[in-house]
Amino acid sequence: MMSAVSPIPKLPPSLVANPCLSSWVRFTGAGRVAISPGKVEIGQGIVTALAQIAADELDVEIGRIEMIRASTAASPNEGVTSGSLSIQQSGRALRQVCAEVRQRFLAVASERLGVDAALLGVEDGMISGPGNVRTSYWELADEVSLDRDATAGAVPKPAAARSLAGHAVQRVDIPDKVFARPRFIHDHTLPGLVHGRVLRPEISGAKLLTLDEAAARAVSGLISVVRDGGFAGVVADSEGTAEAALKALRKGTTWAAGEPLPDENDLAGFLRSQPAETTVIDTKAAATTKATRTLRRQYTRPYIAHGSIAPSCAMAQWDGNRVHVWTHSQGVYLLRADLAIVLKLPAENIVVEHMEGAGCYGHNAADDVALDAVLLAKAADGRPVRVQWSRYDEMCHAPFGAAMAIEIEADLDADNEIVGWRHAIWSNGHAARPGRATQPALLAASEIANPYPRMISTNPPAANGGGGDRNSVPLYDFPAWTITSHRLLTMPVRTSAVRTLGAQGNVFAIESLLDEIAASREEDPIAFRLRHLRDARAKHVIRAAAQRAGWMPARQSGIGHGVGFARYKNTGAYCAAIAEVEGTDDIRVRRLTLAIDVGEAINPDGVINQIEGGAIQATSWVLKERVRFDRSHITSTSWTDYPILTFSEVPAVEVEIMQRPEIEPVGAGEAAHGPVTAAIANAVHDCLGVYVRDLPITRDKIIAAMELAS
Amino acid sequence: MRTIQFQLNGTPTAVDTDPDRTLLDVLRGRLGITSPHFGCGAGECGACHVMVDGRAMASCDLPIWSVVDKDVVTLEGIGTAEQPHPLQRAFISEQAMQCGYCLSGILISAAALLKRNPSPTEAEVRAALDRNLCRCGSHNRMVRAVLRAAAEMAR
Repeated sequence: MMSAVSPIPKLPPSLVANPCLSSWVRFTGAGRVAISPGKVEIGQGIVTALAQIAADELDVEIGRIEMIRASTAASPNEGVTSGSLSIQQSGRALRQVCAEVRQRFLAVASERLGVDAALLGVEDGMISGPGNVRTSYWELADEVSLDRDATAGAVPKPAAARSLAGHAVQRVDIPDKVFARPRFIHDHTLPGLVHGRVLRPEISGAKLLTLDEAAARAVSGLISVVRDGGFAGVVADSEGTAEAALKALRKGTTWAAGEPLPDENDLAGFLRSQPAETTVIDTKAAATTKATRTLRRQYTRPYIAHGSIAPSCAMAQWDGNRVHVWTHSQGVYLLRADLAIVLKLPAENIVVEHMEGAGCYGHNAADDVALDAVLLAKAADGRPVRVQWSRYDEMCHAPFGAAMAIEIEADLDADNEIVGWRHAIWSNGHAARPGRATQPALLAASEIANPYPRMISTNPPAANGGGGDRNSVPLYDFPAWTITSHRLLTMPVRTSAVRTLGAQGNVFAIESLLDEIAASREEDPIAFRLRHLRDARAKHVIRAAAQRAGWMPARQSGIGHGVGFARYKNTGAYCAAIAEVEGTDDIRVRRLTLAIDVGEAINPDGVINQIEGGAIQATSWVLKERVRFDRSHITSTSWTDYPILTFSEVPAVEVEIMQRPEIEPVGAGEAAHGPVTAAIANAVHDCLGVYVRDLPITRDKIIAAMELAS
Repeated sequence: MRTIQFQLNGTPTAVDTDPDRTLLDVLRGRLGITSPHFGCGAGECGACHVMVDGRAMASCDLPIWSVVDKDVVTLEGIGTAEQPHPLQRAFISEQAMQCGYCLSGILISAAALLKRNPSPTEAEVRAALDRNLCRCGSHNRMVRAVLRAAAEMAR
């Protein structure tokens, strides 16, 4: 009979998929440690947080760590850097790997030094023990093979023994950026580099019919005009020449009619009239229903543009039937998979290497421009080709965050308590990322000869947080609910993942209606929420934000306050936000006060930075942003037509972290958007007495809401 | 083609170029200066800001002929790791960025501000940066960093 069976140790999923220790950690010459995660820097500071984790577990100074950029040539395959999962996935894997590597070195050091491994310690990579015996990781590196699989046999340090995780550490990439050292893909050059530009239609969905290449060919410095079906572009010796050639090429083109766009002023009407796939996300029934009335409210959010300050950029170079690609894609392996389909090449013939781009807030055009570069580089005789999109293309051909219409019916009893809740979502899918289907998701794949159909966006499964339905299941203890998602099967406006997917819309809807119901009960909106929550961490962030904001602030004319809360994906970070706004018809957000619980905050300043940034970006979405179009063109193609929040319009933001070193960490990048959106909308009601249910909350929308209310 | 002469980060510089090419294109494409970034090509985002005779200007829609004999300063000319400008020190201290793509233009706008107004108020800093867009939401950190640099320079 077996006694005391210990639980079988479990490896983190990233490590199960990539078990070889040396694919994550290598000791290199001169006292350096190379750490090679599969996740990539997209402006969120992830490489610093991962370096902290590795340095802690290995007991080396963080300055010794060199973070290796992800490449399909050598890096672990960790899929895509998205969904606020990098700390959970890559961080857990690295912590486990480094614990095991440290243990293996100590075992070999113990043999070499003749000292029990338990008596050995590590300080900045130097291994020492009683009797002044010493060696180091680097001295033993040849004797300790890391070309072996992780076993889950090592136990990472307890939280209290970590010296870096949990502390604000300066980001490793910031000095380069402050001192103008090239770090972005945009600033990188290669020997023999030439420049490409791609011709894209101004009419939405239009197909290229005829092309007169003569004028482009006359441009001095032109190397090649490329045409493959409906895909066309130029390669030239400089960016300026490529742009001049593209301009000349555009003059001689004819286009087939495009696909009509919806009425931008009736998004709900459009979304609710399209063929759709309907899924019941969750349902629970109450024993009895005692509803005396039902509130029915519709909320909408518009299409949202990524609006990265940098246009998407990539480089590609062919060598025979092999191609090397430099990209700021969120997923090097996923991009490679799509490239392999389009190029009809084995994946091994393609190397995709990551380089930093500007801030990435979801599935933008990074992958699209990589295929553009690969196609144009075919005409460059083995020279590398760099392609950069224009601001115009960035604002009208990159995927958008999907517009949403959300209807909630709340059944109320005689005391205005919620006894039933039906939440329905109409939206395009929120994901059409590359590398996940048998057809490619890349824009040019739908333009080349023998084109692939344009992928209709889908939603990630509920187990991954869902898509349009993300955060649609209330965290509150309502006795009954049914949540339904209608995913559109048409897609006149291209959509894919933008920060939070559907969570921003759903949290806005739920939290707005909660305020309305609390008001009808004349109950404090925070007390109302606390009464309906069972989760202590949820209540804690709401109380912390309320206390910090001095809730309930004294009433002042022209000023309003509002609250919003969510746990991102219902499984991630808890976030509560309180907004203070002022205005009569143009709303200004004066202050945002947030409390956040991510479990263990690896780099607290990094978490605060992400939450501040998310809060400010959400404020911009709520007050200003909306992709504009007429029936045949996207019309918001510049910063004038798609304004975002400026320095003078940015609110003061205060963030309080609930530090919980004993709880597995989760990401912070998307936690603030939903709560901040709701907090602003609720503050606008507090200020003006009107519920604005159509985002963005602009002067026009406020006036429309006032007319509707009167 | 014409020979265009100007001062670049304190050094006399001459380039043979089409005078209508943009300053940004010449800096990046011909002179290996990578700190000013292309963002929009229309002078709307500030990522390409450089100082021309002490004023922050968009270089993406500025023809190179217009800087003949002028003094052009980019982030490369503001300071170095060995001899950092107070703004560079302050941006590191405040960890004042997320992605940092807009940063070079913002440092230039801030440096131009501190030249003409060594002790700006917070509102003046924000106004001076209103022509620079930041999409990551690092605005408040950047404003704190500029005020910190101003305070340090005043000491």
